[in-house]
This record gives sequence, structure tokens and C-alpha cells, in this order.
Amino acid sequence: MTEFTPLMSLSGGTLIGLSAVLLMAFHGRIAGMTGILTGLLPPIAADWGWRAAFIAGAIVAPMLIVMLSGQAIGFDSPVPTSWLAVSGLIVGVGVYFGSGCTSGHGVCGLARLSPRSIAATAIFMATTAATVFVTRHVMGGL
Amino acid sequence: MQRTIIAGLIGLVFGTGMALSGMSNPAKVLNFFDFAGSWDLSLALVMASALVVTAIGYRIVLRRDRPVVEARFHLPTGRKLDLPLIAGSAIFGVGWGMSGFCPGGAIPALGLGESSVWIFVGTMLAGIFAARTVRLALESRATQTA
Repeated sequence: MTEFTPLMSLSGGTLIGLSAVLLMAFHGRIAGMTGILTGLLPPIAADWGWRAAFIAGAIVAPMLIVMLSGQAIGFDSPVPTSWLAVSGLIVGVGVYFGSGCTSGHGVCGLARLSPRSIAATAIFMATTAATVFVTRHVMGGL
Repeated sequence: MQRTIIAGLIGLVFGTGMALSGMSNPAKVLNFFDFAGSWDLSLALVMASALVVTAIGYRIVLRRDRPVVEARFHLPTGRKLDLPLIAGSAIFGVGWGMSGFCPGGAIPALGLGESSVWIFVGTMLAGIFAARTVRLALESRATQTA
């Protein structure tokens, strides 16, 4: 079970939105994790620097929160390692061909009312919900 | 240098948002999608608030001629609902539903020092790399035969 956390969700979501707006304002880029990661993979392109810095900032953030607040950040990965490894592969292939993930399509794309992003978000939300239903209630959980 | 530092600071805001909101916690993500079981509505509020801020912010920002540290805005221009978009998004959802990890949530979660995140991110990068290699190979074959 996880608790309903409306205040943390709203403040976290506001910061996610703020980062998307800032990246557009300063760099003129969509704050989509898929696009930023793909641009980091070899062969190394000229705009490698800002992408790596964005990723580094994102990784450091939870460390800083824990250090400064002394509070742990909720984390629980409830599935077996082999399942996790396979899901990573599936996610990688999916977001590459789908040209985006939750941050790119689900936040930046929907905010621009992009038809591709609206379709992509509707499709992945549906298959995610279906997958959770099947693994938890048909297969009986992992 | 200035561009890099600014991007790092924006990444910091992104990671803070992901970590605070619970998007980096696979159990919370899976419970959001588990309508028939231990449903946790929280992530709907994350998406809604992020979307409102971005929609309003983009309207203001995109009125400018150019971004602050680049020559122009880089906005996706495609409008076609093609097979890669539809199939790719469907495939992504299956992977997200299996583990509760999406790329935007998993990268900040690397900072939590949990080995499970490194496994996920490792195979995810392999997946992106493999998919790109396949696509580039198919495209070069298509131009050769054309």
C-alpha cells in the first residue's frame, strides 16, 4: 500500500512543470527524458553537454533532498530483478519508437496540445493500466 | 559553460519534482494504475499540476523570438499518428506497467542508491540503443533500394 499524498504530488508536479517551462525558456527544448537520453548515447553529438548536465542535476536532486531534510524518499520496487531487467528493455524500445515518455508526451506534449502526444499518452496509459491489471489480478501478483 | 550550468540547475528542479511527487517510487506508480486493487490517486495530481504549469508557462515563453541561451526553439513538428508512435507507446506502457519505472522517474531515482534502479536504467539504455540501431539500419537499406 502507498498513501495518498496530495500536497507532495501537487508541489512535485508544479516543479516538474516549472522545469519544463525553464528548459523551453532557456534552451528552447522539450523536457522529455527519452529525447534527452537518446541524444546522450553514442555517437556523441555536439549538444552532449547540456543533456549530461540536465541528467546529472536530476540524479543529484534526490541526494540533496535526503541530505538537507534528513528525510528518506519513499522508494519500493516490488518486482523481481529479472522482471525489472526485461521491463527496462521493453521501455527503452517503446519510448524510442514512440518518440517520448511521460515527461515528453505526458507533460510537454499535452501542454502544447500536440495530437501525437495526446494519442501517445492515451495509448501508454491504457496499456500500463492493462498490464498492471493482468500482472496483479490475473496472474495473481509477482 | 553557462548553458551547461543552467541545464544542470533545471535538471535539479526536474529531479526534485520527480522525487517529491512520488514518480520515482515504482510502488506508488503501480498503485496509481491498480484501480481494481490498492488504488492511490496521487499521480493524477502530479500530472495535472505539471500540465497546468507547463501549459501556462509555454504560452508565455513561446511568445519570445528565441530562447535565452540558444538561437531558436526546437519544437517537434510532426503531426502524423504513424505506426512507430502507436506501437512504441503501447510497448512503453507494457514495460511501465511491469515495473512502475518510466524514464523520467527512473533517472532521478538513480540518486537514491538502489541497485534495482541501475538494473532498470541499464537495460532501458540498451533498449533505446538497440531500437535506434535497428531503425537506422532499416532507413539506410530503404535509401539504398530507392
